Amino acid sequence: MTAVAPTIASGQRVEAKPEKRKGTGAWARRAPLLPALLFTIVVTQIPFILTVVYSFQSWNLVRPGSQHFVGFQNYADVFADSQFRGAMLNTVVLTVVCVFVALLLGLGLALLLDRKFLGRGVVRTLLITPFLILPAAGALLWKTTMFDPTYGLLNFVFGGETDWLSEFPLASVMAQIVWQWTPFMMLLILAGLQSQPKDVLEAAQVDGAGRWRTFASITLPHLSRYLQLSVLLGAIYIVNSFDAIFLMTQGGPGTASTNLPYYIYQRAFQGFDIGQSSAMGVIVVVLTLIVATFALRLMFRAFDVSKGVVK
Amino acid sequence: MRRRLGPASLTTATWVVAILFVFPLIWMVLTAFKQEADAYTDPPRIAFTPTLDQFASIFERGFLPYLGNSAFVTILSTLIVLLLGVPAAYALSLAPVPKTSNVLGFFLSTKMLPVVAAIIPLYVISQRTQLLDNVWALVILYTAMNLPLAIWMMRSFFLEVPTEMIEAGRVDGASLPTLLYRVILPVVAPGIAATALICVIFSWTEFFYAVNLTAARAGTVPVFLVGFITSEGLYWAQLSAAALLASLPVMIVGWIAQNHLVRGLSMGAVK
Repeated sequence: MTAVAPTIASGQRVEAKPEKRKGTGAWARRAPLLPALLFTIVVTQIPFILTVVYSFQSWNLVRPGSQHFVGFQNYADVFADSQFRGAMLNTVVLTVVCVFVALLLGLGLALLLDRKFLGRGVVRTLLITPFLILPAAGALLWKTTMFDPTYGLLNFVFGGETDWLSEFPLASVMAQIVWQWTPFMMLLILAGLQSQPKDVLEAAQVDGAGRWRTFASITLPHLSRYLQLSVLLGAIYIVNSFDAIFLMTQGGPGTASTNLPYYIYQRAFQGFDIGQSSAMGVIVVVLTLIVATFALRLMFRAFDVSKGVVK
Repeated sequence: MRRRLGPASLTTATWVVAILFVFPLIWMVLTAFKQEADAYTDPPRIAFTPTLDQFASIFERGFLPYLGNSAFVTILSTLIVLLLGVPAAYALSLAPVPKTSNVLGFFLSTKMLPVVAAIIPLYVISQRTQLLDNVWALVILYTAMNLPLAIWMMRSFFLEVPTEMIEAGRVDGASLPTLLYRVILPVVAPGIAATALICVIFSWTEFFYAVNLTAARAGTVPVFLVGFITSEGLYWAQLSAAALLASLPVMIVGWIAQNHLVRGLSMGAVK
């Protein structure tokens, strides 16, 4: 019973109303939910409200007593800040490129794994492992053993004395992130491939459809929900990328590989500018909300949340 | 006409691609057992005498407290997630509360909000409540981080309980606690275990909160690794050993849970 089974009639699947019970009955139903709900509201919403409050203040931690209301001044400063715009552009580039490349590689690996062969379990286990090692460990590992100009394996294989991290900082960080996230994409797509109805595939074979034809007209449409989900979840995580940048390039050289999470971190924890970094946080939230509203709708449509909410 | 790629050559190709893909990891494992002098040579050295020296020096560098913090935070936050999440998932699946999809949407939306936007108030709050560099701050935050994911995932397991079983139990006059314990729990128990493993993976690997809200006393394993940026390039073998040790618990958990990884990573949306 996967939640992904095509539910064309999902529009009609209105959430069935729970039986009406009065007084204590209704509360008995809600009681199991409330602790989790209250906890989540308190821990996740209060910080965001405070971020908004701080964003209207001039407040630098190294200047005690500097805290006062300044209206939209922080926002004006942030929008005038070319480094902020650069960080924003880097975030978009990094997210789009990493999601796209990881998705393609993940699809390729998933297709390779979607057959019976000797040692399939071992190969799958190997392939998911980059996702399982600590991202911090992965970042340091790539920084040293792969990218080092003198002893790195990349230069050993390709020759030359390239200093990858200073010559191609953003691309190097992206390579590591893609490596880390490809297994994630692969796993989701593989789940999609293996949930294909076998009879339809066999029917296609009987009808004489070639491999490519079968892939394009049956597999790909079936996979689309899985691909959407992979893009959505991958983007949520990759937009927040911090470990790789912090550990590999420190956003540099200059600001060449600074993304928004790293820039906000820098302004807050190295510049101690609470007001401005909060304003940036709010801007990021607003942008994310716009994308997320769209994404949430997609997610609910793709996975028909009301399903099963009956009886 | 072009010949189709035979199954044998496709299998070989798959193996080659897989090994190339995980080569950085294989190299890390090899390096962890090298002496520093063997770790960075040009060209890279494949033959060497393996040693456990690097693992010993990791513990000399004070790895143990970090490991302890990670274990404490991970286990405790996972337990709290289950304590809060299992009843909530039940309330959102088998005994649905009104506006179930709104509640689910709310939980999901908290996963979509960027963590950077919360870190500043969290820092200020922790500072004022003496929770800065305190493991409890991480316990609370990791619980909040994993709870939505766990609720979504466990809900999908609850929805798999055959309704006939519940009906049959009701007809036999079983009370709700009996039903929960005898009928529902046995079916969802493996799902709860899988959810717990996913929470363990995410808590163990979390970096952003840990690095910003902890330091010497409450640092977790990823924070220990940060200590290597200053001495990068100098202690490759030691770094590899640390990276391996730090990742090993999660690697093992992930290998065990691999059949459930998909469901966890997709918040239960995909089996």
